[in-house]
Amino acid sequence: MANSESLEKNIVSIKNLSFSRGSRKIFDDISLDIERGKVTAIMGPSGTGKTTLLKLIGGQLSPDHGQIHVDGQNVHRLKSKDLFNLRKRMGMLFQSGALLTDMNVFDNVAFPLREHTNLPESMIRTLVLMKLHAVGLRGARNLMPSELSGGMARRVALARAIALDPLMIMYDEPFTGQDPISMGALVHLIKSLNVALGLTSIIVSHDVQETAAIADYIYVLSEGKIVGQGTPQQLAESDSKWVQQFMNGNADGPVPFQYPAPDYLDDLLASH
Amino acid sequence: MFEFLENLGKATRSSFAKLGRSTLFLGHTLTGIGDVIPRPNLLIKQIYSVGVLSFLIITISGLFVGMVLGLQGFYTLSDFGAEESLGVMVAASLVRELGPVVSALLFAGRAGSALTAEIGLMKATEQLSGMEMMAVDPVKRIISPRFLAGFISTPLLAALFSAVGVIGGHLVGVGMLGVDDGAFWAQMQANIDFQQDIINGVIKSIVFGFVVSWIALFEGYDAIPTAEGVSRATTRTVVNSAFSILGLDFILTALMFGDI
Amino acid sequence: MQHSKTQDTLVGLFVATGIAALFYMALQISNLGSYSSDDTYTVIANFQNSGGLKVKSPVSIAGVRIGRVSSISLDKETHESVVEMQIESKYNNLPDDSGASIYTAGLLGEQYISIDPGPGISGDFLKDKSKIDNVSSAIILEEMIGKFMLNKAEGK
Repeated sequence: MANSESLEKNIVSIKNLSFSRGSRKIFDDISLDIERGKVTAIMGPSGTGKTTLLKLIGGQLSPDHGQIHVDGQNVHRLKSKDLFNLRKRMGMLFQSGALLTDMNVFDNVAFPLREHTNLPESMIRTLVLMKLHAVGLRGARNLMPSELSGGMARRVALARAIALDPLMIMYDEPFTGQDPISMGALVHLIKSLNVALGLTSIIVSHDVQETAAIADYIYVLSEGKIVGQGTPQQLAESDSKWVQQFMNGNADGPVPFQYPAPDYLDDLLASH
Repeated sequence: MFEFLENLGKATRSSFAKLGRSTLFLGHTLTGIGDVIPRPNLLIKQIYSVGVLSFLIITISGLFVGMVLGLQGFYTLSDFGAEESLGVMVAASLVRELGPVVSALLFAGRAGSALTAEIGLMKATEQLSGMEMMAVDPVKRIISPRFLAGFISTPLLAALFSAVGVIGGHLVGVGMLGVDDGAFWAQMQANIDFQQDIINGVIKSIVFGFVVSWIALFEGYDAIPTAEGVSRATTRTVVNSAFSILGLDFILTALMFGDI
Repeated sequence: MQHSKTQDTLVGLFVATGIAALFYMALQISNLGSYSSDDTYTVIANFQNSGGLKVKSPVSIAGVRIGRVSSISLDKETHESVVEMQIESKYNNLPDDSGASIYTAGLLGEQYISIDPGPGISGDFLKDKSKIDNVSSAIILEEMIGKFMLNKAEGK
């Protein structure tokens, strides 16, 4: 059980977490804390289970070992009703946006409000327009999700994620596949929302530059372990070769360019 | 030989696991129906996409099936000089068998496949997962209204199919082939029993609606969230629905009309 | 949630049409429409052979249906077929010396009971549980052919 001081300070606290899919070990005894009111980034190469980590925090998956506390509650010990109540205070931005395709932008943002509150329609309208204005898409309220660009869809999803004024937001690869302008818009949005709404943000990403620009603290994961952590500054100056390779995007280094394979020459000659 | 046994064992295990998952899924769906009742808008939207959009295909098919029955029945019956029985023949085939069965098959093809694809794609695009993270139970919010809509729509569609089919049979038999109008209806009314034929037909279509909706929604929910997974699930919906409808039809017919 | 009025209307129309089709089936296609709420009374007739007569076979006078067969059973002593029929109460003036015959509608049609009103010598009418004595059994095709062949053979 986390002690009360760290509870105050940390909104998410992960202790000795292990998780595997089939025979593949995704997390091997990792521990990390996420501080309230800060932007924390979890980085690592593709396929290190960063999205899985968010699903574990959100209680959609259960760990093999270890505990995850969110706002003082052990996520995997909660009854489903309490888990649902906890989730109302967590926003999650999926990579695809996960907008409901049979509703327009307005109804998508209004969805959590209509599901969880009994607010009158006029109040919902005001709230939705405020959230849409915050992401700069008040004018797009009548578009359907299929009419939005990828960046716009993510911004709508962000407006929806903040509709219930959550304590924290988890961003799953928010920058992937964005053009420089919408990337810039998203970077700016995440930072400014964090300050304006007093949120805690968790960003899962492998886009080093953008993430480092807004993160207060970074954890670097590889092969189920935490291989580096610290402020962006500290990581940039890290003497770990691995962290250096990742932060600078070198093709070869401790993470080899080649996927493990038999000897090249043997392989070519052994074709028949 | 060993490998064969191993594969057989694997297949058995996975089909039992699937049966278990689908049963749990059904239970979850049914408990969600209570939450649908206070929100009729959700239901109306689904009845629209499941029922209203199937209306045309059902009525047109019903009309043609009835007309074919009228034509075939007339030529067979006229060999025995029993054209007056055309009405009974058309109505009995429609009300007892063709109405419930063909409309359920059409429903599986038209609405069932669409349901599977819709749910599967929602899963693939993380909409279900996203809903879960918004603390909304996707089964109760998405699946239950669709299930209820399918369950309500099928008996109505089957009734439409039969009614339109009888009119089609009348059109051909009385309108084109000259069977006596009075005899057509009188023989029909004398021989089609409300309890035995109509009610049993409606019960059949209710059972089919239940099973097809269940299969379609479960396959979508259980689909592998990729393009290929969803397309396979859609195929499975149509195939499994057809098997279930025809198999259950035999069982129900034996229970209702037979002495087994 | 935007819910369009057209959608509501179409759904309403669909449900109404479906229910109308159910009523149509009940009233126009099935015998529910011809069930009269009137009372019926039961008349019994013993036939030597009731042939292909079935429960619910029609009972008619001069081609007009007045009731239906309600049960067919075997009298264990006389080995006769006991046929009970329900006749609508409005036909309460059938003379008690009426006869009942089993006929076939067409060559291959279903069998039915035809009541042949008697002269009414006693002036009484058939009542509930009355028995019709003047009966003629179903004509069995095989028996007829058999008799015909026998006569031919004897006549030679």
